[in-house]
Amino acid sequence: MEAIYLDHAATSPMAKGVAEAMIPVYEGIIGNASSVHSFGRKARQQLDASRQALAASIGANEKELIFTSGGTEADNMALVGVAEANKNKGNHIITSVQEHHAALHTAEKLEKQGFRVTYLPVNKKGLISMQDVEAALTDDTILVSIMYVNNETGAIQPVSEIGELLKNHQAYFHTDAVQAYGLIDIDVKEQSIDLLTASAHKIGGPKGIGFLYASEDVHMNPIQFGGEQERKRRPGTENVPAAVGFEFAAGIAMETKASRNQQYRHYKQILTNTFMEAGIAFHINGDLEKTVSTIINISFPGANVEALLANFDLSGVAASSGSACTAGSVEPSHVLSAMFGSDSPVTTNSIRFSFGLANTEANVKEAADRIARIVKRLTS
Amino acid sequence: MEDNKNIRVVVGMSGGVDSSVAALLLKEQGYDVVGIFMKNWDDTDEFGVCTATEDFDDVVRVCNQLDIPYYSVNFEKQYWDKVFTYFLDEYKAGRTPNPDVMCNKEIKFKAFLDHALSLGADYLATGHYAQVARDEDGKIQMLRGADDNKDQTYFLNQLSSDVLEKVMFPLGHLPKPEVRKIAADYGLATAAKKDSTGICFIGERNFKSFLSEYLPAQPGKMMTLDGIEKGTHDGLMYYTIGQRQGLGIGGSGDPWFVVGKNLKDNYLYVAQGYHNEFLYSDALVATDINWVQPDQIEETFTCTAKFRYRQKDSEVTVTVKNNRAYVVFKESQRAITPGQAVVFYQGDVCLGGGTIDEIIKDNKALQYVG
Repeated sequence: MEAIYLDHAATSPMAKGVAEAMIPVYEGIIGNASSVHSFGRKARQQLDASRQALAASIGANEKELIFTSGGTEADNMALVGVAEANKNKGNHIITSVQEHHAALHTAEKLEKQGFRVTYLPVNKKGLISMQDVEAALTDDTILVSIMYVNNETGAIQPVSEIGELLKNHQAYFHTDAVQAYGLIDIDVKEQSIDLLTASAHKIGGPKGIGFLYASEDVHMNPIQFGGEQERKRRPGTENVPAAVGFEFAAGIAMETKASRNQQYRHYKQILTNTFMEAGIAFHINGDLEKTVSTIINISFPGANVEALLANFDLSGVAASSGSACTAGSVEPSHVLSAMFGSDSPVTTNSIRFSFGLANTEANVKEAADRIARIVKRLTS
Repeated sequence: MEDNKNIRVVVGMSGGVDSSVAALLLKEQGYDVVGIFMKNWDDTDEFGVCTATEDFDDVVRVCNQLDIPYYSVNFEKQYWDKVFTYFLDEYKAGRTPNPDVMCNKEIKFKAFLDHALSLGADYLATGHYAQVARDEDGKIQMLRGADDNKDQTYFLNQLSSDVLEKVMFPLGHLPKPEVRKIAADYGLATAAKKDSTGICFIGERNFKSFLSEYLPAQPGKMMTLDGIEKGTHDGLMYYTIGQRQGLGIGGSGDPWFVVGKNLKDNYLYVAQGYHNEFLYSDALVATDINWVQPDQIEETFTCTAKFRYRQKDSEVTVTVKNNRAYVVFKESQRAITPGQAVVFYQGDVCLGGGTIDEIIKDNKALQYVG
């Protein structure tokens, strides 16, 4: 039985050629990019070439791009680094209830340290409202952090509108674009984005590297201490092979963006059409028109997540739901709770399917058939 | 072996050595084995740490060693409704409940069994020391675990043959030291893990302080049955019939024991001497009776019984009426405890059991709880 991967929002396989692009760097570029000798310079050359390409992919300049260990570190750096460096300007941070825990738990930590944090609600479509952003904004606000695309529902947030709104406000605008980068055209200057998080492994790059774009105007403290790498903003020996892999994967992602979006939307349709033909009860959490092509979150009334996911897995289909607690059981999703209320059965009967490089029309159809059979069995 | 690969067995895994070895043995027998961890209780402390985290981590390590899939399932709500509520209600009634019996009845072999079946399982297996066998008519029966010291049929007395049809106890024929040895020989991650003790949701914590979080303690008088006040008690729920420790009555003469409770006046009755006559009874009435094979039970029969876990069997005569069992002891019994289970055996066959409700001496109910 073929195992079928429908969990690309968790992590993606590496795109074709990425590993091959990294091997010569592992084998041939042995220096430390900060060393002042020929070995170091060679590493630095590679690192900066990757930095330049990645910066260009979002319309930034290379000085504005900080390599990190991934999305979590970038989110932590954006929130903590900006909050600490701008204390003199104000004490207020705006974010939303449905942020990734990398941002949400960081905001909660800042709250404990004395910052005032507003958590914007979301509607049933998983979207924050501009009115809420405007209403929350005060003279005291120093940072607004709103994710670009929600990782559970795929809902695309009004990022450009927020950027526009904050143009004449002191608050910096950070967006966690981990699920948007490589699928949605991003231009940080045009969209007035001050800080942006991206991660390599979500777009077919290696695990263990990401970046934080921070506009040159942003005042930000480092959150780790050590050497003076990354223009004193992020210490630690640079991971040059991973940066090269990230660059390579981003290159492919940018080139194939349009065709992949079309392909993934088609996969969504295969999934929902199969479910409809099978006559199973389901509904989509969120608004298909306002979600990214890769993610679809589906509620199966009468079923429960734990039985669904285990059955899917035993039949070779990998999907996910919310986040697992440390004891392995599935915690009700904070995102769906925010959309539908924590008492709603939707929070315990919904599954996220996410498409990507490991999918073909045939294996999506096969997975859809298996899913429909299981849902039918569990709900009949 | 070849046939077994199409038989799916879900193993309830606690992260302990017993269920780990159960999974190992089934895997070696060629079954399609799936490990599932049950989370029944949330004891997350202020640092976000819960014991289930470590136990699940052990399940993960063992399942990866065995190369079997593993999942977790949350029955906190069902456990609260069916087991913990009963547990508190019994204490409120002055009795000593047995949450393990209830957990097996309502959670492990009901909710969890249903969950296993929903995953396409043919059988549910656990690391209990008990055996499932067929009698000469091909009917399912439950036998004691081969290790007398470990036999857990006492806790499984509420299972019916319908349930046992779908159950495997892979350790039932093994002595515990052998189980440890198998785990060690295989190098299982849990080979040297300490056996868990006590009631699962209380763990290593102080029982009194745990209970006081849920039930208000009502201190009262400690009395002899002649009405002489001997001191005060901390709350009737903290005491069990036959208990000696923690009474705080010193002085000369024989030690003091709990011999009864008066809920109305909130008295704890105490008497002197281990063999005090008030601790002895000659019959009991049990409710919530379950028979593994109900159609095999006659109206009156003799068999052996256990009134608490790990106790030696005693000979009894049982009369069944209206889902109650009247159990007459051949020899009088000391400190029978209301709320605990009475479990019946015919040789190695566990016939079933019930909850001890009334304790009788000379045809009169004793004031154990009144």
